[in-house]
Amino acid sequence: MTTPILVADQLAVRFETAEGPVKAVDDVSFSVRQGEFLSIIGPSGCGKSTVFNVIGGLLAQHDGTVRVGGELIDGPHKSIGMVFQEESTFPWRNVVDNVAFPLELTGMARDKRVERARHFIRMVGLDGFEKRYPGELSGGMRQRVSLARTLASEPKILLMDEPFAALDEQTRLLLGDKVLQIQQQLQQTTLLITHNITEAVQMSDRILVMTYRPGRVKRIVEIDLPRPRTSDIVGSEAFGRYVAQVWSDLREEASRGLKDEEEHMLHEAQP
Amino acid sequence: MNAAARHAVSRFAPVATGVACVVLFFCVMEAVIRAGILSEYIVPPPTQVLAAFGEVVTQEHIVRRFFLTIGECLMTGVMITVFGVAGGVLLHRYKLLQQATETWVAALAAAPVVLAYPLFMVIFGRNAWTIIMMGFVAALPPVILKTIEGLAGTRKVLVNVGRSFNLSASQQFWKIMLPAALPTIFTGIRLGLIFGLINVVGVEFLINYGGLGQLINDLAERYDLPGTYAAICFVILVSVVFFMTLEKIERWLRPVN
Repeated sequence: MTTPILVADQLAVRFETAEGPVKAVDDVSFSVRQGEFLSIIGPSGCGKSTVFNVIGGLLAQHDGTVRVGGELIDGPHKSIGMVFQEESTFPWRNVVDNVAFPLELTGMARDKRVERARHFIRMVGLDGFEKRYPGELSGGMRQRVSLARTLASEPKILLMDEPFAALDEQTRLLLGDKVLQIQQQLQQTTLLITHNITEAVQMSDRILVMTYRPGRVKRIVEIDLPRPRTSDIVGSEAFGRYVAQVWSDLREEASRGLKDEEEHMLHEAQP
Repeated sequence: MNAAARHAVSRFAPVATGVACVVLFFCVMEAVIRAGILSEYIVPPPTQVLAAFGEVVTQEHIVRRFFLTIGECLMTGVMITVFGVAGGVLLHRYKLLQQATETWVAALAAAPVVLAYPLFMVIFGRNAWTIIMMGFVAALPPVILKTIEGLAGTRKVLVNVGRSFNLSASQQFWKIMLPAALPTIFTGIRLGLIFGLINVVGVEFLINYGGLGQLINDLAERYDLPGTYAAICFVILVSVVFFMTLEKIERWLRPVN
């Protein structure tokens, strides 16, 4: 078995709220192998994005450790490239300058970085849009610009937090294809945070199912579907079985989440 | 009507309506004055004002005065940009300072600073610096306030993108926060320049020194009413052109939303 490139060990995060401390994540441990596609799935409020922030080094106050290639990390790390859920392109830069941003930080000459940026723009299928500004692009295209910008920094691990959450289902499936294609082309180790079961099954080698608050590891499901994959796989019988399996794990947690939310609203509505 | 014609009508109709309203207003004024409802010794008829325009332009050195006033405004603009943006950045950086002074800065924006002109004359003398400094003080608050607003309004996800790329605090400011805040900061500078122009012309009038404001004062003291109103109309035209130019620059600076 390949050595893990990323190891998260006993992660725990507690937030202080007006109603007292809330344990968002508790005892979350997992590892990701080189070139593997791992998805973390869970109901709303289970702490998925908190795990994303801890691994990306954006949340300093946590228990447990994160190691990349054996190195303990305690902040943003050059080996980890992040793609965010919210639209995160720079509106004042055109596509090529957005994608070249991490290369600019390394001091690379303009000609060279533009050429490099064009390579990643082609990879995400946006050639011809290099001079456009984000305001002239659709939501899906903007997310592809963000993805290309992160890939341009050539991270060892691609960390994505529900990057297609704001897109419609068809665009989401097609962009899933694009991500799969890139992941397979670059043998890119990828960690995807999502609440979408079909997206997780379509792309992943393994799926980590989290419990509702506090977020713990409920189960890790191996997805043994052939690669290379495309969105065509969603019609297969095996795909359906995996979706059902993940949903059976997730259903109980999602119901707990829903109930908890209803109780909270009732409590708030009381005089 | 085809689509192109409809587009042309929808594009030019508001401008044409605006011009028609102004022309109508002048026609009504002309009629009211000619009918003796308004005394023409207090308000000259628009046709007389129009006729005085040529005289004002040729005999009163209006071009030189125009450039003098614009020069004072540009100097004010440079100063409010440098000190206003720097002040806004400073207040945004040090929250205690912001909490302590923001209300005062906002109050200053609403204060009739022009009344303090005697003090400025004592400090700077009866020269262009009094005018520039009065414009500067009046125009500074919107730049400071809009700089704070722009920096505070930088979307968290953009800051997080910067953090994920391990940017230093200085890189975070120059490469993310400042460019993200620029459209809002420019709105502040535009507002500031408008306040500045009003105050520059106003103080020129009050201290009877400099460009267009002094011209209005001179003509009023000579009781040349058509000339006075022609000069006032010229200042209004300058303001409109000034405002439209700033809007164009703002649009040019803000590529695509």
